[in-house]
Amino acid sequence: MAQLTCMDISLGYEGHKVASGISFSVNEGDYLCIVGDNGSGKTTLMKVMLGLTAPASGQVLLGDGLTDSEIGYLPQQTEVQKDFPASVREVVRSGCLNRCGLRPYYSKAEKRMADENMERLGLAPLAKRCYRELSGGQQQRALLARALCATRKIILLDEPAAGLDPKVVLEMYALVGALNESGITVVMISHDIAAAAKYATHILHIGNGSLLFFGTKASYLESKAGSIYAGHEGVQA
Amino acid sequence: MIEIIDKLVLYFQYPFVRYAVIVGVLISLCSSLLGVTLVLKRYSFIGHGLSHVAFGTMAVATAMKLTSRLLLVLPVTAICAVLLLRSGQNAKVKGDAAIAMVSVGALAIGYLIMNLYAKSSNISADVCSTLFGSTSILTLTKTEVWACIVMSIIVIAVFLLFYNKIFSVTFDEDFAAATGTRAKLYNLIFALVLAVIVVLAMNLVGALLISALVVFPAISAMRVYKSFKSVTICSVIVSVACASLGILLSILAGTPVGSTIVAVDIAGFLVFYAINVIMTRGSVK
Ligand SMILES: Nc1ncnc2c1ncn2[C@@H]1O[C@H](COP(=O)(O)OP(=O)(O)OP(=O)(O)O)[C@@H](O)[C@H]1O
Ligand SMILES: [Mg+2]
Repeated sequence: MAQLTCMDISLGYEGHKVASGISFSVNEGDYLCIVGDNGSGKTTLMKVMLGLTAPASGQVLLGDGLTDSEIGYLPQQTEVQKDFPASVREVVRSGCLNRCGLRPYYSKAEKRMADENMERLGLAPLAKRCYRELSGGQQQRALLARALCATRKIILLDEPAAGLDPKVVLEMYALVGALNESGITVVMISHDIAAAAKYATHILHIGNGSLLFFGTKASYLESKAGSIYAGHEGVQA
Repeated sequence: MIEIIDKLVLYFQYPFVRYAVIVGVLISLCSSLLGVTLVLKRYSFIGHGLSHVAFGTMAVATAMKLTSRLLLVLPVTAICAVLLLRSGQNAKVKGDAAIAMVSVGALAIGYLIMNLYAKSSNISADVCSTLFGSTSILTLTKTEVWACIVMSIIVIAVFLLFYNKIFSVTFDEDFAAATGTRAKLYNLIFALVLAVIVVLAMNLVGALLISALVVFPAISAMRVYKSFKSVTICSVIVSVACASLGILLSILAGTPVGSTIVAVDIAGFLVFYAINVIMTRGSVK
């Protein structure tokens, strides 16, 4: 069985339909890229996959012994209140929470992991800074580090490149790529079709209120949906 | 100065003064723990609404001539806490309106019942003391003090055990829920603890002033500190210091306990506000 299976999902908000007929599955070790226009329902789909919003219809199944405490998640937008007092370190460490179970405090190993992830994303000098006072890109990096801390089997990233400078974007893709090499399943929403073509194993394309394509990267680039989307960027597999 | 100290030493020989101080310190400590989360989640008004519910229920309990009113007040307040928290999250029912309805409704019904059933000739004094606390803290019985100690220990233990979870759920509920933290459960626990604190604090400052006790220390600390841990620690210290000072002042000056504590809290907030202004000026230069 697959780690995550979506069966005939429809997305919608209070009667207003966004997309329907979405079926696909994600297997262990896959690197799935979700592409589509603005407003096509990618973020909504990811929230449905995570159980944060209920689908209008259809079912999401977790398999392969995957539980939700083994999932890492980078949201597209986090509404953090204006004057929330939280240091970067506190935010990143909170990613370790799903490893704690009933244990009230973080172990030494978890704290070390949080420090390592901050180091990897160049956040070490900012560790004691207030999260709210960081730039947009720095905040994105902190949330990425938090997502890495939470990841044990699968990581879901909603436009991880948003707000990052080009150098950090490349590092981020390399980091996620390496994570995938080490056996972690990756699901990423991205508008960067070139990066998708480089790293992904599978592509899911939604638009016009339905599923336009789901399959391996190679077959996507040959398909009609793929040629329209990737064509004008001149992407080669 | 020596005169004042003499006076205090004299007062401290009375057990009811010692009880008042113990209870005051414990309640201010507990209420400040939740303050940060409450302010950040925009839940300040839930605390306020709950205090009205507690007042209404207290009136009903008095009318029913219950010996231990707490047994009615605590569960009813807890249920309302859960309901209000739910409605606050539900986008369809306007959370604000629900809270306003419940709190004003409870206030009106409570006053009505007090008028209908109260035997005492001095209703307005009764109402006044339930709403503003007046001198009730100086008439605490030993049982009430023990009840307060036990409940405070529970509140503090829950907070310490769930500290990291409370942070994560407050900071980003979606992330917490997505990655396997039972955000709904912690919201529920939070609501229950809040109810306990409201009922406790009603003894100290009266129903109307509870939110001040919860909110002021947190916003004071947030002026100056920027991490969750430092804000929490600072607001506990501020809250306990202000409450102790307020109780002492009220004993010396013969002012109502609740409003004196709140006045000291306001003064504390102004001090922190000034510190913040000075600090930001300093860093710009
Ligand atoms: N909370 C909400 N309530 C009502 N409608 C919503 C809500 N969130 C999103 N929508 C609608 O659902 C549709 C899909 O939104 P979604 O955020 O999933 O798009 P997206 O594919 O992630 O877009 P983008 O590329 O801009 O991130 C949009 O038309 C949007 O207006
Ligand atoms: Mg989106």
